[in-house]
Amino acid sequence: MTMIPHPLTIILLAPLVAALIVMVVPRRNLLAIRMTSAVAAGITLILSAWLCYIYLSEGRRGLQFIDRADWVGGLVGINYFVAADGVSLSLVLLTALVIFCGVFASWTVVHRTKEFYCLLLLLVVGVFGVFVAQDLFFFFLFYEIAVLPMYLLIGIWGTGPKEYSAMKLTLYLLVGSAFMLVGMLGMYFAAILPVGQSRTFDLTVLSQAQYSHNFQVVAFFLLYIGFGILAGIWPLHTWSPDGHASAPTAVSMLHAGVLMKLGAYGVLRVGFGCLPEGAQSWVWLVGTIAVINIVYGSYVAMGQRDLKYVIAYSSVSHMGVVMLGLAAANEIAFNGAVMQMISHGIMTGLFFALVGLVYERSHTRDIEAMGGLARRMPGIALAFTIGGLASFGLPGTSGFVAELLVFLGAFRAHLHSYLIGGVPLFSILAVGAVIAIVVTATYVLRVLQRIFHGPLDEAKYGELTDARTTEWVALVVLGGLLVLIGIYPSPLTDLIGSSLGQFLRP
Amino acid sequence: MAQMLEQLKPELLTLCAALVVILADLIQVRGRRKWIGWFSAALAIAVVFTLAGEWGKLAQPISLWGGVMVLDRLGLLFKVIFLLGVAVASVGSIDFAAQRFRHIGEYYGLLFFSAFGMMLMASAGDLLTLYLGLEVASLSLYVLAAYAKASPRSGEAGMKYIILGATASAIYLYGASLIYGAVGTTLFGTISHHVSLEGVHPGLAVGGVFVLAAFAFKIAAVPFHMWAPDVYQGAPTPVTGFLSTASKAAGFAAIIRVLLGPMLHGASGWLVFVIALSGMSMVVGNLLALPQRDIKRMLAYSGVAQAGYALVGIAAASNLGTLATIFFLFQYLFTNLGAFLVVTIVGSSVGDDQITSYHGLRGRNPGLALAMLVILLSLGGIPPLSGFWGKVFLFWAGVKSGLYGLVLIGVMASVLSLYYYLMVARAMYIEPAADRPPVRLQLPAVIAIIICVLVVVGLAYPGPLISLATKAAAGFF
Repeated sequence: MTMIPHPLTIILLAPLVAALIVMVVPRRNLLAIRMTSAVAAGITLILSAWLCYIYLSEGRRGLQFIDRADWVGGLVGINYFVAADGVSLSLVLLTALVIFCGVFASWTVVHRTKEFYCLLLLLVVGVFGVFVAQDLFFFFLFYEIAVLPMYLLIGIWGTGPKEYSAMKLTLYLLVGSAFMLVGMLGMYFAAILPVGQSRTFDLTVLSQAQYSHNFQVVAFFLLYIGFGILAGIWPLHTWSPDGHASAPTAVSMLHAGVLMKLGAYGVLRVGFGCLPEGAQSWVWLVGTIAVINIVYGSYVAMGQRDLKYVIAYSSVSHMGVVMLGLAAANEIAFNGAVMQMISHGIMTGLFFALVGLVYERSHTRDIEAMGGLARRMPGIALAFTIGGLASFGLPGTSGFVAELLVFLGAFRAHLHSYLIGGVPLFSILAVGAVIAIVVTATYVLRVLQRIFHGPLDEAKYGELTDARTTEWVALVVLGGLLVLIGIYPSPLTDLIGSSLGQFLRP
Repeated sequence: MAQMLEQLKPELLTLCAALVVILADLIQVRGRRKWIGWFSAALAIAVVFTLAGEWGKLAQPISLWGGVMVLDRLGLLFKVIFLLGVAVASVGSIDFAAQRFRHIGEYYGLLFFSAFGMMLMASAGDLLTLYLGLEVASLSLYVLAAYAKASPRSGEAGMKYIILGATASAIYLYGASLIYGAVGTTLFGTISHHVSLEGVHPGLAVGGVFVLAAFAFKIAAVPFHMWAPDVYQGAPTPVTGFLSTASKAAGFAAIIRVLLGPMLHGASGWLVFVIALSGMSMVVGNLLALPQRDIKRMLAYSGVAQAGYALVGIAAASNLGTLATIFFLFQYLFTNLGAFLVVTIVGSSVGDDQITSYHGLRGRNPGLALAMLVILLSLGGIPPLSGFWGKVFLFWAGVKSGLYGLVLIGVMASVLSLYYYLMVARAMYIEPAADRPPVRLQLPAVIAIIICVLVVVGLAYPGPLISLATKAAAGFF
C-alpha cells in the first residue's frame, strides 16, 4: 500500500496551518473560517482513521510511522521524534473525532469567531502532539501548548464565573506541569543508560533504561501528581467541574473528552512505561483514589441542578474508572482503561454537545426548570439517551465493554498482594466501583427523566426545535460510534491490545 | 599598537557611529528628523556585521596590552547583544523621539556611547578597564533616563538612577581597591594566578563581594533592585527597554568576566552569594510584580525575577551555565524590548501606562495585542517560545550542577509569574474596551516589534544559536 510520507507530522501540522490561515482570513468571512477549520479537522480524522486501519490490517507492532528531526540533539538530547503505537493511534483517532465534531458544534459561535477557531486549532495541535511525541521533552512541550489556550477559550467565550474558572484551571494544570517537569528532568539525569548512550529525552531509550528503586518510587509519585491533576484525580479535581461548566461547548467537549485523557495517557506511557517498579509501589494509592473518584464523582453528580455540572462530575467519576484500570496493571485492565478513555471521550463529547444544544434553545441549564423536551427535540433526546446508557455501561454500548474489561482486570489484579483481611485490595476496590455504577445509573436516569420526559411547559418551551443541519454531525457520529463500539469492539481492543506489552514488564 | 587598534575595530566603529549620528543631526533638513533613527540602526547593524567577521579570528582568545582587554567569542556574543539592542531600540523609538525629544542626534549618540561602554565591560581583562566601561555605559544611561525633559518623572528617574548608580560605582571601586591591596594587581589573569598559588586572601574575598554587589545593582538583583521600578517607570519607555535588556546583559557580562574568570579558580565561596541573589530575585521579583497596576513597574519587577533566572546560569559555574546565560540574555533582549515597545505605542496613544489602558486592546488593535500576548507568554516561559528554551537551558545547567533547590524555586516562581502575565492577557483579550481610545500605530516601532516577535517565535528552534553559544562558552573556560 502506498504510504503518505510523514503522516503524523501532517496530522500535527494540519491544524497549525489552518490556525495560521484562519488568522489571515477577514474577520467577517465566517464561512471561510469555519470551513478551513472543518477541512483541517477532516484531514486529521481521515488520516488518523487510515493509519489505524493500516496498523491493524498489516498487523503492525510497536512504534510505527516514525518521524525524527534533530532539535537540540547534540547538546542536550532533545529531538523531534514522533511515532505511534496502537494506544497512541486510538487516542489520536479519538482526538480527531472530537475536534471534528467540535468544529461543527461551534458553528454557532459568532462572537470573535476567528480567534475562537484559532485557539481551538492550536489546542488540538498540542493534544495530538502529546499522543504521538516519543521524546519526553516534546511531550512536555505539547502538553503546555494544549493547556494554555484553554485560559483564553474559557475566559472569553465561557459562561458564569468564567474568569475565575479559567484562572483556576490554568494555574492547577501549570502546577501539575511543574511536578511533571521536575519528574522528567529527574528521569533524564537518573537514567542508568547502556554504555555509549549519551543522555537523551528519547522515550524509547528511557523506557529501556534502569533506574534505582528509590528514584522510581519518588519519580512515579511526582508524575502521578503532575499528570493526575489533569486526569482529575480526587482531591485535585476541583478545577474540572468549574472549568467544564464555564467553558463553551466545543471546549468542554475537547477538554473533558480528550484533554483529561492526556493525564491518564501520561501516567501509562511515562509512569508505567518507564518506571514499572515505582508504579508497583504506588498502585494501592492510585487504585484507592480512583475508586474515591468513581464513588465521590457519581454522588456529587446526583446532587447537581446545573446540567453541565452533572456531566462534569460524571467525568470525574469516569476518569476514576480509567485510573482504576491503570492501577490494576494487567493486560485486560490496561485495555479496559484505554477503552474507557475512548468511550468516555466520545460519550462526554456527545454530552457536552447536547448540553450546548439544549442550552442554546431553552436558555437554561437548570434541570428542575426543564421537562418534556423530548416532544420538541426527539433527536436530541435520543442521542442523550444513548450517551446516558453508555455512561452507566449498558451492554451494547461502548461503556459496557470498557467497564467490563476494567472490572475484570481489577478482580484479577494482584491476587496475593495488598491483602486486607485476607481479601485482595483490588477486589474490594472493584466491588466498590461496581456498586457506584448503580449510583451513576440513578443520576443519569433522573436527568433523562427530568429533562426529556414528564409534562412540557408549552408557554416556555413550546417553540423549541430539534437539532439542525451541522448540529447533527456531532450527534450522529458520536452517538453512532458509542453503539458501534459497544456491539463490535474487537477492532479497537485489538488495536489497543497490540501495544500493551511494553507496559507490562515484570 | 596599530595592530592592536585593528583588533578593536568594532569598538572604535561604535564610537565613530556615536559621533557620526550626533553630527548627522546638524545637517538634517528641517522638519525631517526621523531618518536619523533608521540611520543609527543601520550603523549598529553594520557594526554587528563587522563583529561577525571577527568570529573566525577569535577561536583562541586574544589578549591586548598585556591583558587589559581580552577579546574572545564570549565577549563577541555579548557585543552583538548590545548592538542589536541599540538597533532595535533606535528603530522602535523613532516616532517617540520625534515627538518628545528636542535633541535627537544626541539621543541616538548616547545609545551608541552606552553600547561602547558595555562593549568595554564585555572585553575587560582588568578591574580598571571594567570600571571605565561601567562608567561610560552608566553615565550615558543616566542622561538617557532623564531625556524627556518635559516630564518631571523622567527627571526624577534620572536623579535616582545617578545617585544610586554612583553609590554602586563607589562600592565597586572600594571592592577593587581591596582586591588590589590584597593581591597587588588589577589584572584578572594575574589575580587568578595569585589565587591558584596562595589561596583566597581575606581582602580579596571581601573585595569580590563588593564588586559582585555593584553588578547586582546593574542587573537589578534583589536586594539591589530598589532603583529599578522607579527608574523604569519614569524613564522614556524605549530607554527603559534598552536599560532593562542591554544594560542588564552588560552586568552579566561583567559578572561572568570577574567571577567565572579570575575569582573562581580555587575558590567557590562566591557561589553562595550568587545563589542567594538568584533565589531572592526570583521569589521577591515575582511576588512584588503581582500587585502592580502600572505595566512598566510590573515589567520592572518581572525583570528582577528574570535576572534571578539568569543568575542560575552563573551559579551553575559551568560551560553549560554560561551558554545558557548567553542564550537567555539574547532572547530576553528581544522579548523585553518588544514588550516595552508595545508599551511605548499604547502609552503614546492612551497617555498613561496603567494595565487598565490595555483593556480590550485586541479590539482596538488586534495585531498589537497578539504581539504582546506572544511576548508575555515568552516571558512566562511557555513553550515553544524563546523564553521557554531560555529557562530550560538555565534550569538544566542548574540541575546538572546540583542546584536542585534553586531550580525548584525557579520552576515554582515561573508558575507564579504566569499569573501576572496572564492578567495583562486578560486585560487585552477578556475585558471590554469600554470607551478607551483606539491605538495609533507608529510604523517604525511596529517594524521593531515584528522583528522582536519573529525572533521570539523563531527561537523555538534554538539549535543554531545554542551551537554558537556553546562555542563561545567553550573558549572561555
